Amino acid sequence: MSNRLINWFKFASPHTFYPLAGKMIPIFWTLAALFGAVGLWLSFFVAPTDATQGEGYRIIFIHVPTSWMSMFIYLVMAGWAAMGLSLNARLSSMMAQALAPTGALMAFLSLWTGAFWGKPMWGTWWVWDARLTSELILFFLYLGFMSLQASIDDPRRADKAGAIVALVGVVNVPIIYFSVKWWNTLHQGASVSINKSPSMAMTMLWGMLLMALCLWMYSIAVALTRVRAIILEREAHTEWVKQLKEIKA
Amino acid sequence: MIWNSVGDFFAMGGYGLYVWGSFGACVLAFLAEPLLIRMRHSEIVRTLRRQAAAEKLEMENK
Repeated sequence: MSNRLINWFKFASPHTFYPLAGKMIPIFWTLAALFGAVGLWLSFFVAPTDATQGEGYRIIFIHVPTSWMSMFIYLVMAGWAAMGLSLNARLSSMMAQALAPTGALMAFLSLWTGAFWGKPMWGTWWVWDARLTSELILFFLYLGFMSLQASIDDPRRADKAGAIVALVGVVNVPIIYFSVKWWNTLHQGASVSINKSPSMAMTMLWGMLLMALCLWMYSIAVALTRVRAIILEREAHTEWVKQLKEIKA
Repeated sequence: MIWNSVGDFFAMGGYGLYVWGSFGACVLAFLAEPLLIRMRHSEIVRTLRRQAAAEKLEMENK
């Protein structure tokens, strides 16, 4: 049995993770394309027209997945940052750093698609509503994390400072999630809930879930690609980087 | 089939600007991000290669 166990700690070093990430990236791109194709097909050709919002509601198929990802990526990023902080592991901090721009992009797209949905349905691009405001704060938390790390020259110190910001900011994620329950907001309630039977057509639910899976796979592919660049930038002085065949050639 | 024509599809029942404004921005972003990262990766590879070449030259001239 023991010879079937993989030594996961082996991949905790940038040296071994760099080629592994390179091999995993095409798999996640393929999955993203697959889920995206089926998700878009369901979103535009199978899901029925909404009774009250007409075709305008189809924004849900991109708005909800980007919003979910913006929150989920933040939690994963904070998790890696915490691991980097407590175990003093370089690669964990690099993963947190690699996720931040993608998370920021998801938060931005969530706000953008929300504005394009709010305009026709509420008559305004923006309101200072609890849900919208807390999502905007999430976007600023990502930007804060990134600019703080960029402003500190010593990468190990930047990792530590960034991790603290990331961890303090975690408190905002449940605030976003429950904002529609805690406050009386213009934003509608949760689209999907575990303890209630789904309030929407199954095809709509599947469309949303597949789009979310597509963005999930996309985020992994992009974060792995970015972490490879970060590894090379930060390990430039090491012997193993100098021995890489793309560098030696 | 929900749509009667291609024009119908793009009109999105009068919500065309909003639906395509949302999906369009996302498609653009999801094309631009990997492209920018690939550029970042090839940039660092280029720099490291130049350094390796310079080191090699230095060794040869010693």
